[in-house]
Amino acid sequence: MVLLVLGMIALVMTNRAGPVFKAMGFDFLTTTRWSPADALYGALPFLWGTLYTSLIAIAIALPVSLGVAMFVTQVAPMKWRRPLIYVLDLLAVIPSVVFGLWGILVLGPHLGRSFLTAGIILAIMITPIITSLSREVIETTPKGEKEAALALGATHWEMIWGAVWPHSKGGVVGAVMLGLGRAMGETIAAALVIGSALGQITVNIMAPGNSMPAVIANEWGEADALHKSALIALAVVLFVITIAVNLVATSIVRRSMARNRGKSS
Amino acid sequence: MNELVDLRPRPSWRTKKNNIMLGVLGLAVLVVALPLLMIVWAVVSRGAGVVFHDFPKFFTETIPVVSRRAGPGMGPAILGTLLSTGGATLIAVPLGILGAIYLNEYDSSSKFAKIVRFMTMVMTGVPSIVMGLFIYITWTIHFGYSAFGGALALACLMLPVVIGSTEQMLRLVPNQLREAAFALGATRSRVVLTVVLPAALPGIVSGALLAIARAAGETAPLLFAVGAATAYNPNLFEGANTALSVQIFGNATSSFVAAQDRAWGAALTLVLLTFIVTLTARLFTARLAAKG
Repeated sequence: MVLLVLGMIALVMTNRAGPVFKAMGFDFLTTTRWSPADALYGALPFLWGTLYTSLIAIAIALPVSLGVAMFVTQVAPMKWRRPLIYVLDLLAVIPSVVFGLWGILVLGPHLGRSFLTAGIILAIMITPIITSLSREVIETTPKGEKEAALALGATHWEMIWGAVWPHSKGGVVGAVMLGLGRAMGETIAAALVIGSALGQITVNIMAPGNSMPAVIANEWGEADALHKSALIALAVVLFVITIAVNLVATSIVRRSMARNRGKSS
Repeated sequence: MNELVDLRPRPSWRTKKNNIMLGVLGLAVLVVALPLLMIVWAVVSRGAGVVFHDFPKFFTETIPVVSRRAGPGMGPAILGTLLSTGGATLIAVPLGILGAIYLNEYDSSSKFAKIVRFMTMVMTGVPSIVMGLFIYITWTIHFGYSAFGGALALACLMLPVVIGSTEQMLRLVPNQLREAAFALGATRSRVVLTVVLPAALPGIVSGALLAIARAAGETAPLLFAVGAATAYNPNLFEGANTALSVQIFGNATSSFVAAQDRAWGAALTLVLLTFIVTLTARLFTARLAAKG
């Protein structure tokens, strides 16, 4: 069933995107003019927007979620750990539209619609995910090594830095990549706050921009045949990128967890 | 004559560093908690006024066609969310559980099972908007807007999650239980039905509920498949429908305060809905932990 659906997605989507690929060729990915009125579809700015906002999100979310994961598993008193984890998991199910709504109506008036706003919203959204994944990896650290570090007179922090971190590094990298995949595919929150500017490639984080999923969601309503095909082509590109990121991520997480298990036994 | 000398060890730089770094870790928790609390507060404070203004009208009235008019009404959206999420549950949960049982109990180490497991993981990462477009192409183009299209899209998103969580729960069932049942002469299907499933049930249910909570909040796939009706449409298979998430998306971009208010109200409703489902899931997990 899963195989069927995945295969169908790949086939049907590529098929539908055919017209635009035929019309634009590789220019679809390398040119910057997106102008449905002239039948010109250059998706590079959106590709850039997707990557850029996701990177901003990761840059904000990574240190914070790592800190939280360490705090919850290593520092917080035993009594607090369960409730803390509980609350974090609860936050992971807040619908993304709600984040978007908050972003546009509360954050928007202060920061405007821009790469930065989108990055912040995405960061808030992926923090619970990265936290809970890194927490799982961190928890596989062999107890013996932590105790050994403490027995040698290490302080609490030295134990975390010297015993726990080396074990969890690989897994955390994987968790971050899964978060990255999530951030890139996130549509609605980004669509609301990113500002829908066309054809901009800039590193200015205060500039309005656009990302692939946001373009699809915002332009779908008034799209004609070739335009729709172009939007579907965007979806295909997005599909390929997120799957690639996810594949790498899961293999990293798995390898690091397996290694820890091997060592502890 | 005897002078008092403080012989206690001075805090070394190591102790100081320890305290500083632990403080930084604690600070990270605050940094995360702050915006999340702000969001929850914003939703509750701005949503509650709208929702309870004319209780229970907000939950029952239809959505105003002219969006700048003030007034309640998210009834059709609530119904639409329930319809499409319910439909998705009916499709994805049985399929997902059956698939997981096959993977774990019947065919756990063959090449085919490994490929399927791998693909399930890949499918978890497919962006929801891609799923939405996929359903649009394969379903909506041919049959028009309906809640069922939304259900299909959500089911595609839920399926891998349900398979993954169910398989994990099945793996937690101790092998001795299975061996004991086999030793008593039970067939494989009997072992699965009477021994393995009952043992794993609370976990499976909680996994499914979490998947449902996630699906209820999805917007992107519904955008393409469900449409944006303003009147009640109890028919699952025909006619444009709507959903809370779609309404929030539509109203959030509106410049009219009345529409924005409705968006906050809908957001509060949706958050409450997902929290209730998630908490139910937690209760099941807690029961599982208590039993184990």
